[in-house]
Amino acid sequence: MLDVAVAYNRYRFLGNEFLTWLWFMIDTRQDQLREFVEGITALEIGNRIDLENRRDDKVERITIKGDDADLKEGYLALRKGALVTDLNLVFRSANFRWQFNIKGESLNISALKTPETAPPENEEDTEAVALEKISLHEQITKLLETAFRRFVHLRTTETWNGATVAQIHQWLSSP
Amino acid sequence: MGLLSSTVSITRYRVQGDLQKPVLETVANGLKKYTIAEIDDDAVEKSVGWTSFEKPYAPDFSGSSFVIGPYLIFSLRIDKKNISPKLVKKQYAIEANRRLTRTGRQFISGSEKKIIQEQVLNLLSLKIPATPNVYDLVWNLENRSLWYYTNLKTANEELESLFSTSFALSLIRMFPYTSAALTADLSDSQKDILERLAPVDFRT
Repeated sequence: MLDVAVAYNRYRFLGNEFLTWLWFMIDTRQDQLREFVEGITALEIGNRIDLENRRDDKVERITIKGDDADLKEGYLALRKGALVTDLNLVFRSANFRWQFNIKGESLNISALKTPETAPPENEEDTEAVALEKISLHEQITKLLETAFRRFVHLRTTETWNGATVAQIHQWLSSP
Repeated sequence: MGLLSSTVSITRYRVQGDLQKPVLETVANGLKKYTIAEIDDDAVEKSVGWTSFEKPYAPDFSGSSFVIGPYLIFSLRIDKKNISPKLVKKQYAIEANRRLTRTGRQFISGSEKKIIQEQVLNLLSLKIPATPNVYDLVWNLENRSLWYYTNLKTANEELESLFSTSFALSLIRMFPYTSAALTADLSDSQKDILERLAPVDFRT
């Protein structure tokens, strides 16, 4: 295995490709997401997408913000070679809703809002609420781990170059 | 931002290495040995150590108080005295003037300036209380995973260092490469491909 510090920088593109692939899956393969992510009802793009185009020795950054924002500029940036660097997602399971950000280069989770839990009323209650919170957070760490594992398996097989890249091109070419 | 907050940030880690048995006793010993030291009455600017999840300002690791269900839950506390440079400058000027008046001299030597600066810092460190920052963590011994409830770089670095000192274990952050290499169950040929991977071009 590579040195951790070297690997962080060398493979930051992999996390950005993952988020870009995830957007493609959300747009075109909800059925597959339901198959491999336990307990999922839907996964949606939330209220923010950050993109970065590092090609041709220039760095161009685009941010799309707001509920129900028009994503056209995002698709256009992808067509020009940008990748998603930060993605806000909404995860739904039955009637419950989670919202959070994933950063491509670190796969860190931030601004994670889970379905509400009752505040602890006494010390004994704190342990029960902590376990409930952990279980709610686990939904998102599991989603991230499962989806990333799926992506990496695709990315390190012939299917990636043979089919997935073409499917993503097709997605981006469609109006 | 802690485990019970309505909005949280999580940095995911994998714990590498094995704890000495009995495991809970080893963890408790590490926590007790490196419990946060109070510095309000000392001329110390920063203190880093473990504290209890439920009582972060009265750490107590007796019994198995840090075991909740299948998890070990405790917190890292970083206490820091934020001494304003402007305040240091003001106190330095007051002290320097006092010395000049007392001795009748016109100037203060370079070495004396340094001594006054250190005295001022020590005095302020004693007077100013430390600001605590508490970061919770959830450690799952069974699957060797650890969630740390912050993404702050300095807080992550403090955790990695103190964890290694306390338990003789390494923490590996789960970013794209480490997630792929350590937890994605790739075959040997896939790992070879991963080592040679180059960015893909999605341009149309």
